[in-house]
Amino acid sequence: MAEQKKVILHGMWASPYVKRVELALKLKGIPYEYVEEDLSNKSDLLLEYNPVYKKVPVLVHDGKPISESNLIIEYIDETWKHGPQLLPQDPYKRAQLRFWVKFLQEPFETILVIIKTEGQAQEQAIKELHEKLALLENGMKEFFPNGNPCVDDNNVGLLEIACVVFFGAFKVHEEFIGIKLIDPEKFPLLFSWLLSITELQAVKELAPPHQKVVDLLHFIRQKALKSTAA
Amino acid sequence: MAQDNVLLLDFWPSSYGMRVKIALAEKGITYECKQEDLDAKSSLLLENNPVHKMIPVLVHNGKPICESLNIVQYIDEVWNHKLHLLPTDPYQRSQARFWGDYIDKHIYSIGKKVWTGKGKSKKEFIECLKTLEGELGNKPYFGGEGFGYVDLALVPFTSWFYTYETLGNLNLEAECPKLAAWARRCMARESVAKALPHPHKIYDFALQYKQKHGLE
Repeated sequence: MAEQKKVILHGMWASPYVKRVELALKLKGIPYEYVEEDLSNKSDLLLEYNPVYKKVPVLVHDGKPISESNLIIEYIDETWKHGPQLLPQDPYKRAQLRFWVKFLQEPFETILVIIKTEGQAQEQAIKELHEKLALLENGMKEFFPNGNPCVDDNNVGLLEIACVVFFGAFKVHEEFIGIKLIDPEKFPLLFSWLLSITELQAVKELAPPHQKVVDLLHFIRQKALKSTAA
Repeated sequence: MAQDNVLLLDFWPSSYGMRVKIALAEKGITYECKQEDLDAKSSLLLENNPVHKMIPVLVHNGKPICESLNIVQYIDEVWNHKLHLLPTDPYQRSQARFWGDYIDKHIYSIGKKVWTGKGKSKKEFIECLKTLEGELGNKPYFGGEGFGYVDLALVPFTSWFYTYETLGNLNLEAECPKLAAWARRCMARESVAKALPHPHKIYDFALQYKQKHGLE
């Protein structure tokens, strides 16, 4: 069957988009071969498989490439029927999920701005982050009407995957910047939902080592501040 | 499906709104269309899309769906008795979604730079269209023999081609002849012909917009 043909993932360890796909594969119990790409020296295969964007992740299934992390995960969910269902069956719930997965990009990019800036620019970004998290907190009320977001290996889905790769390391980010990003008092649902997701075995196994994350944050910040100062 | 209440919040020059109209027409769905004034957004729009406050929004039996390609996929999944807009094979479906996403990421924003005269984007715009033309190849439609998701995602922007050409000083027929032929093929479909405004109406809108925003 289609599910038995070889699965290869081209990725880069620091990319949250690659992490999304890895999580999906792991949660579904799909064996795969991983190829770490050097983005400053991309392999010929990567350029062949993703000629439009030349980016990771690219999933290759039985020789056929798919790019764009969300689309890869929808493909995985449609092709491998075992394990948790990553997208709901109901069309309305699927539409809601796709909407919020896309929205998550916005607070994530704002956090990157916070990491890369200082002074007034950083303050402005923090204000923006709170606005976006407030929208997210409100949106999550529809998903968890009883106010108790408990995630396990059976009910985990694309939204949890998309969320944890962006915000799973939020405590490390908070420590690095010295500012609370996801305040449990302001965003109780988001906070408890996120913590619940980080407890999943697959998430713990795929989380990069603490020091690597801290080093990456330093690198991103120094590079950004140097280029704005120049 | 007889008791379905379908409402579309739209803004007539929007290519994103046109996508939804085409999808609704292809599926033979009866709906009410409400035009929004984007400078004075209705409480209905703000209630149904509180996050982005943008059109199009489809409200189906009181429940809102936002983002045009989300809406199109929703329509395809709910009204699945008639022709499929997306391919049934998961791999083909992933490719169709990829190109829909590509169109979303490039055509509107780069096209806008072309017609507002902001930034030198003509070369980039033509490159995007040529990439799409490459994907079309010699097929009658992006999905092959039948009109589908990617065609629907792109064809509304063809109502803006006259505007891109006139204000951007481009000749899209010469640059992308296969795409131009594909556009004419799509316009022969009733769903497309009815959903797309006349290119001169779009051009008038663009001129008014430029004047209003001091972009002469």
